[in-house]
Amino acid sequence: MSGHNATAAPRAWSAAAAEARSGLLFVAPYLLVFAILLVYPLFSGMWLSLHKADLFGGSEFIGLENYWRLSRDPVFLRSVRNTCYFVLLTVPALTLIGLGLALALNNQTRRSAILRGLFFSSSVLSVTIVTLIWRMVLIPDGGLIAAFLTTIGLPPVPFLSDAHLALPALAVVTLWWCIGLPMMLFLAALQQVPKDLYEAAALDNAGRWRTLLRITLPSIRRTTVVVIVIEIILQFQLFGQAQIMTLGGPNNASLPIVLFIYQIGFQRWDIGYAAAASEVLFCIILLAAMTQFFLAPGRRRG
Amino acid sequence: MIGLALKGISKRFGNTAVLDDVSLDIGADEFLVVLGPSGCGKSTLLRAIAGLESIDSGAIEIDGHRVDHLPPGKRGVAMVFQGYALYPHMTVRENISFGLVNVGVARAEIDRRIGEVARMLEMMPLLNRLPAELSGGQRQRVAIGRAIVKDPRVFMFDEPLSNLDAALRSRTRQEIANLHRRIKRTMIFVTHDQTEAMTLAHRIVVMNRQRIEQVGTPSEIYSHPATLFVATFVGSPAMNIFVATRIAAENALLQVRLGDGTVIETDVPAAALAHGDILRIGLRPEALQLCAPGTGLMNAKVDFVEFMGDKTYVHLSLANQERLIAVDGAASCARVGEMMGIRFDPRAAHLFDAEGRSVRA
Repeated sequence: MSGHNATAAPRAWSAAAAEARSGLLFVAPYLLVFAILLVYPLFSGMWLSLHKADLFGGSEFIGLENYWRLSRDPVFLRSVRNTCYFVLLTVPALTLIGLGLALALNNQTRRSAILRGLFFSSSVLSVTIVTLIWRMVLIPDGGLIAAFLTTIGLPPVPFLSDAHLALPALAVVTLWWCIGLPMMLFLAALQQVPKDLYEAAALDNAGRWRTLLRITLPSIRRTTVVVIVIEIILQFQLFGQAQIMTLGGPNNASLPIVLFIYQIGFQRWDIGYAAAASEVLFCIILLAAMTQFFLAPGRRRG
Repeated sequence: MIGLALKGISKRFGNTAVLDDVSLDIGADEFLVVLGPSGCGKSTLLRAIAGLESIDSGAIEIDGHRVDHLPPGKRGVAMVFQGYALYPHMTVRENISFGLVNVGVARAEIDRRIGEVARMLEMMPLLNRLPAELSGGQRQRVAIGRAIVKDPRVFMFDEPLSNLDAALRSRTRQEIANLHRRIKRTMIFVTHDQTEAMTLAHRIVVMNRQRIEQVGTPSEIYSHPATLFVATFVGSPAMNIFVATRIAAENALLQVRLGDGTVIETDVPAAALAHGDILRIGLRPEALQLCAPGTGLMNAKVDFVEFMGDKTYVHLSLANQERLIAVDGAASCARVGEMMGIRFDPRAAHLFDAEGRSVRA
């Protein structure tokens, strides 16, 4: 009844609209979750950061006052320095060791298959298990390293309560925990490099080192950038390991930004201030990740 | 002078032979084409010579020096890969110079050689481009340039034309032939395309099932196929093959009867067929002439007709349903459903014994 005398154009238009409608229905479930759990909190967080608010509902608009406070808060500044230091300790190491493992285990032998599984297995553990294991390794009172040091006649080292060793110790724990993902990403990339490139290089007299530098690394450049960006984003959000193993101590020496946010927001209930710190962290991560894209080499000529 | 010698080389993967006792001497300036269907071992043979595959037994010698224990880069061979295998992140110049830089050739010498190769292959304007910015034919040139610049003893081409369109393929074929005339070196060219084999080769090696079936000039391969496999693999349309039975020989020449009752007297002495009474007889489509029914050696019904422009392929079937193809002129009078006579010179028939080996006078 509806379209018998309609001209072609409106009919086509209504067909396109119908298609758009059904398309929208298909993406609606995810869009809803995305809007409620990501977009709304993102903007409400920004809005919240402009308020003096606590968890009991009192809220007062104070403009950029929270950010001004952050810029002069020595604990916050300490946490920013700590986090950056931690990222510098972990991201290059994760990238290099992940690449090294992938290169070493990129073959079809049974031994490599077992080792790949082993190196990846730590990634499936929860942070509580990981920290529990490493506590047993690191504590000066009967820990694995302490026991080893004692047998060769050296005093035990209090890794987690030494201001200079706490963050490096957390970095080692994180390395052990997180190495699986970069290794797997690099392995996937290495399998994508065409075999005949290596054969051409062999005929071109390229040694192993030259082949690695001139064939392999340029071929997996994109993956390297992805790994670095992912790890920057992940490691800036250090929380569980510090929370469980050091509580940010001693004397805030291992306090990361997220733990600072947690303490301000959920222990002192100053959620406006915590929201402002979150926004700063958000900007730092965004900036760091973007720098990677711009610094990535080899983007010559369109 | 022998450039490359293969002495009984074999290779197995588990229980499967991929090369079975291959021996061959290749001249120092010979253009050799290895022809065969996919899986016949021709690429493995090439890769074994290059050193990309190890061999289990036998020896490979280049200019009299044994090389099968050397790594690929030290054998003095260069290869053009089927997919070209250009380094995607290097410019054309870097692609070509990579092999020279690796062995420490001086900068000035590298530049001189690149200039020479680029002029020869007309790719001066491409030197600073990346492979992704080149057409298929240009990539092909770069791959060839990368091989030439190293001045190897042996050039190897692994189906280098299979990724090109028909027009470019024919042009590149001529360029490769020209290239060989200019740089007189051993060239080994692997292909499954008989036109490439026929037009380029000094000698063709026909391989099947990991073994060499026949080695010979293109004309020998075409006119005197040594086995039934070579006979049917080379030539287009393929040779017609009929099962035939030997009948009592007169005049000491072999007489055979085809399935439809036709008796053919060959020029092969009966004594040449040592044993067995069943054999195969092969007739090239271009050796058959169509004539009025009853006036030829046999009669056949026309099944269908393919007009090719300069000639006509006539598909026929004999009284016993055996099928055959004849090449007729452009103005063929064959009509579908009609009977035609077929005439041929019995001496043009190829005979093969029960094991598929050629029986010749």
